[in-house]
Amino acid sequence: MKSNQTPAAAGPQVKGELSPEKRKLLLRDLVRDRWMYLMLLPGVLYFIVFKYVPMYGVTMAFQDYKPHTGFFGSPWVGFKHFERFFSEPQFWMLFRNTIILALYNLIFFFPLPIILALMLNELRRERFKRFVQTLIYIPHFVSWVVVVGIFYILFTTENGLLNEIIYQITGEKIAFLLEKDWFRTMIVSQSIWKEVGWGTVIFLAALAGVDLQQYEAARIDGAGRWSQLWHITLPAIRSTIIILLILRLGNFLDSGFEQIFLMITPTNREVSEVFDTYVYTKGMTQAQYSYSAAVGLFKSFVGLILVLGSNWMAKRFGEEGVY
Amino acid sequence: MRQDQTWGNRLFDIINHSVLFIVAIVCVLPFVYVLAVSFASPAEVAKGGLILWPKEWSLVSYQYIFSSDTLPRSLLVSIYITVVGTLINLAFTSLMAYPLSKPHLRGRNPILLGVLITMLFSGGMIPTYFVVNGLNLTNTLWSLMIPNAISAFNLIVLKNFFQQIPDGLEDSAKIDGCNDLGVLIRIVLPLSLPAMATFGLFYAVAHWNTFFNAILYINDNEKWPIQVLLREIVILAQSRVGDASFDEMDVQPLTIRMAVIVFATVPILLVYPFLQKHFAKGVMLGSVKG
Repeated sequence: MKSNQTPAAAGPQVKGELSPEKRKLLLRDLVRDRWMYLMLLPGVLYFIVFKYVPMYGVTMAFQDYKPHTGFFGSPWVGFKHFERFFSEPQFWMLFRNTIILALYNLIFFFPLPIILALMLNELRRERFKRFVQTLIYIPHFVSWVVVVGIFYILFTTENGLLNEIIYQITGEKIAFLLEKDWFRTMIVSQSIWKEVGWGTVIFLAALAGVDLQQYEAARIDGAGRWSQLWHITLPAIRSTIIILLILRLGNFLDSGFEQIFLMITPTNREVSEVFDTYVYTKGMTQAQYSYSAAVGLFKSFVGLILVLGSNWMAKRFGEEGVY
Repeated sequence: MRQDQTWGNRLFDIINHSVLFIVAIVCVLPFVYVLAVSFASPAEVAKGGLILWPKEWSLVSYQYIFSSDTLPRSLLVSIYITVVGTLINLAFTSLMAYPLSKPHLRGRNPILLGVLITMLFSGGMIPTYFVVNGLNLTNTLWSLMIPNAISAFNLIVLKNFFQQIPDGLEDSAKIDGCNDLGVLIRIVLPLSLPAMATFGLFYAVAHWNTFFNAILYINDNEKWPIQVLLREIVILAQSRVGDASFDEMDVQPLTIRMAVIVFATVPILLVYPFLQKHFAKGVMLGSVKG
């Protein structure tokens, strides 16, 4: 805080009204920082228009929204759209698909960057370490269309390279891209291939902050590589792991919308349709705006509860949490 | 520094090195394959098998995709939104981050809170679509740049970065008659080049990879960025990119697809090595400081 706001100058506090001295100070600060406020203006406008107006716009989930009457002029219908969604037989299919994909990503994907970072951390040769790091970051920078496209080319039954190899060995081809049994495996493998390297960045940063003297001391006490890992390295990155876990739980339900959108086919819809793709289909292609906004709102609501809940849990277990 | 070279340690090192080497190769091998096939002759591709270095080089697939203006046009669209969009991102983000980095600024905390809330909760696809539509941005390239002008996360990290710059430098510039905007442009931004390079790269990658927003907001296929075209050709297996369809020309659909992937990928991979040393620093900064 600024030094000019001493308690003496503040005077008695009247709620909602400022004492003359305070008002003068406020006015002086506003004038002094006028350039600052001018610089804030575009950003604040951006957040209001593109983040807060849509947040108000979710009220359309409780309306029968008509594009020409807008968020303010459409008739209110209460929970009609939610009731329809919950009684829809597809509700449980969507719920199951969304949760299973999210769980798969959590179980199979989440630990891998940690393991990879620990392995990289054990490398003593700087050049080899940098070589590996440079290469494993690359897939992160390409789009989901490219990733899915490359998977299509490699796994297709029509001369896909991997299917050719499988054919040479077993004499059979596997319809990785069409069969619904392979859908989740494909999704998780793509996620791992694209993001596992990039996921190490943050753990490597945390590992770089570990005090080297601790290792020295442990070695003198006769600790081997494994016990050093267990007693020094892992505890040192524990809080990073937990924060990332909370963040991931926060986005638990958005398991890669673009990716799923690209991988969805009529044959695998039973396992691939998730809340997000359903919102898109109902809203944008079938013009059921209010209904799909209600589905979207339900999803955001569950997501919000997950972040707040996991953060609360982390705090109960004596960790820092995100907020 | 070296540990006792016991058998266990040596074995661990060998396995560790091998596994990491394989992981690294698996990450880049598909790109090498795509690149190689795109330059291989149709005859060689027709034989099948793994091609990592074409025996007979051929530019026929590139000639084909440039035989009509579909691909060149979407490349231009992507280049345009990447360059202009990134400039908008950097300008908007740094303009907002700088005032927020000053603890004495009145109203700073409510604004920061407002930004944080947007990271937790959003209106979602449908309401956002109607806002963009209501502003008459749909079917314009602005719809791919303006609705994502600021990433809340990047804004917070940049704000923290600005906070670390010593006040003395800025004060002296002010004594010399600079206003706050001048201080940002002449003092703060030049000191923040690594951070700006990092965020510039992240924003540029996001724009180059823009796909779903284009599906959502752009109907006119003359305004499609390269990623949307790529989906048409590779995933939906549309067989027309060039003037002739695949059968009429002596080309392999596979090599055409590869060539389009190359264009959707290579520009990003070309920038990456130049910025890598910056972003390592920039990302660490963001992750450690939160």
